[in-house]
Amino acid sequence: MSCCGSSPEYDDLNEVARLVSARLAAFLRALRGAGFRVGLAEGQDAAALMAAGYAARPGLLRAAFKHLFSARKSDWDKFDGLFDAFWLGKRVRSRSRTIGSAPGANSPSLKGMQEARADQGGAQSATNQVPTSDDAPEGRGGEGRMEGASRAENLAEVDFRKLADPDQVAQAHEAAAHLAKIMRTRLTRRDLARRRGYRLDLRRTIHRNISHGGVPISLVKRQRKDKPLRLIVLLDASGSMSMYTSVFLRFIHGVLDEFFEAEAFLFHTRLAYVSDALKEKDAGRALDRLSIMAQGAGGGTRIGESLQSFNRWHAARVIHSRSCVMIVSDGYETGDAELLGREMAALHRRCRRIVWLNPMMAWEGYAPVARGIKAALPHVDLYAPANTLSSLRALEPYLAKL
Amino acid sequence: MKGRDEIAQALAASGYIADADLATAISLMQLLRRPLLLEGEAGVGKTEVAKALSKVHATELIRLQCYEGLDQSSALYEWNYQRQLLAIQAHRGTDSIEDQIFSEKYLLERPLLAAIRRAQPPVLLIDEIDRADDEFEAFLLELLSDFQVSIPELGTIPAITIPHVVLTSNGTRELSDALRRRCLYHYVDYPDVDREARIILARIEGASPSLSLQIARMVEGVRKEELRKVPGVAETLDWAAALVGLDISNLHDAPETVHETMICLLKTHEDRSRVTPEVTQRLLGRVA
Repeated sequence: MSCCGSSPEYDDLNEVARLVSARLAAFLRALRGAGFRVGLAEGQDAAALMAAGYAARPGLLRAAFKHLFSARKSDWDKFDGLFDAFWLGKRVRSRSRTIGSAPGANSPSLKGMQEARADQGGAQSATNQVPTSDDAPEGRGGEGRMEGASRAENLAEVDFRKLADPDQVAQAHEAAAHLAKIMRTRLTRRDLARRRGYRLDLRRTIHRNISHGGVPISLVKRQRKDKPLRLIVLLDASGSMSMYTSVFLRFIHGVLDEFFEAEAFLFHTRLAYVSDALKEKDAGRALDRLSIMAQGAGGGTRIGESLQSFNRWHAARVIHSRSCVMIVSDGYETGDAELLGREMAALHRRCRRIVWLNPMMAWEGYAPVARGIKAALPHVDLYAPANTLSSLRALEPYLAKL
Repeated sequence: MKGRDEIAQALAASGYIADADLATAISLMQLLRRPLLLEGEAGVGKTEVAKALSKVHATELIRLQCYEGLDQSSALYEWNYQRQLLAIQAHRGTDSIEDQIFSEKYLLERPLLAAIRRAQPPVLLIDEIDRADDEFEAFLLELLSDFQVSIPELGTIPAITIPHVVLTSNGTRELSDALRRRCLYHYVDYPDVDREARIILARIEGASPSLSLQIARMVEGVRKEELRKVPGVAETLDWAAALVGLDISNLHDAPETVHETMICLLKTHEDRSRVTPEVTQRLLGRVA
């Protein structure tokens, strides 16, 4: 066949075909590993394409495979790199590019130096700040806090942060999941009362009136299907939030599990779409998958930029007319506060409600004076503390009214 | 197998300037008999692909516009209730009335049923599938794999020919993996300057090559500005038509008119106020 260029002897031909199909199977495995949804049918079609003469021209084969194997834009964007790496032996830039961290966020020394410059306290050297990571209550592998952006953190020993021993942590997690469950049932029960239709359903009317000889006596109407509330959670996973992140993650896991429609995003220096990882039923496994995706968590926060990429790439897809966006963040913006204000305004135009939960709000003497939160507040519908489970519970009546 | 170059040429002859990737996708579509899923921003010419395709094959284009609440009776088939009722009244007392009113005569074809009952395979365009509900998507999936329709009163209607199916999506909702997997995928991006200029040339009568190139460069510049609504190809064509209509052959001759006619490209108040005459001037400066 044309797939091997020169003309080999017949015995070799079978051997070549076998090698090619083995190689193709390996490529499919690689694609699946990179998150592509590729089934058997695609494999067969790919083999058919190679046999049909596409294999002789790598450029054409790549384009053909790209159409066949991609299912969404993210696949589309990373396919060429994967193809070249596998078939042509070029180096792929980065497998987890879309969710990876910003350059430098992973290298503690660089990060530390930037932070040290930003910190007016400046006395601590970069190396001093690195090892302050392991006072988190439970082992969250790999995402130690690398910087000491705010001194306030170390002062107050309150709320979730007190839950040091693992049992209590587990309890808090259960409560969060339970809460999400309550919220869901309360929210959906409202829809049952509406039973009046606004349009005649001719098909069913005729069917029901056959016994009257076709004279429409009892009418059947149709009613509009109600859209359930969709909750979109944007969770700040930066260093200053690290004490709360795990609890909120568990809460979000409950929300995704229980809400009919919910999406979750994680942001620190950039935004990551984590719904897929968190939809795993088992909480432990979900968190494992997540920790792989959330590399770079625990660094600084660029809320504005993260929101910008949310508005640009995800908002149209995930937000509809009955959506509530919940942002969980302390509002310590290390990026451009003006950008944050602009993006909040854009987001507000799009969705029904924005709820901003701030764990720091319940702290004594806290006032929203950080630049970020000041810029964002005018566009927020509900600004509430969320440092204890009861404060989360207090949100329920508000969400039910949406 | 039709090669992609021939397909690109045929598309160009029908007024659609495709990139090599899209031509490959279309040749694959015929080879593998899979539907083609086109995604991309609004106004990049997704629907046009289907129209051009129907011209290339010299066949009918059947379009199903999706919207929220679209159901089987407006997508697949419906009984003509009014006529049925009339027939019942007219033939009161006859036994065979039931056979009559559930016959082809009283059946209203909707796009999906029409598409599989043509003697020559038509192009079936399922537009903005993301606007339809999940349930409809699942139903569509079944139709796209079996290409047969069962009507309880009439029985199963198999496809006479298999249509060329093109689906488009604006990404307002996540489509199911099952549907995505069944389709060939192509992401339609904004065209590059060269291709956009050729599009203008092909579509706008009276546009000179130099003007087309200038317009394409200008639009490329506008797209790089931070806008709420990035202009698509359709907007470019509007603008080009406006400029040609105003007898402008060189953008540098009439910077004011250029700025004024930019309302063809900028569709929100915010964007309009962001692109000030100074910005227009700056963009014009970069256009050769």
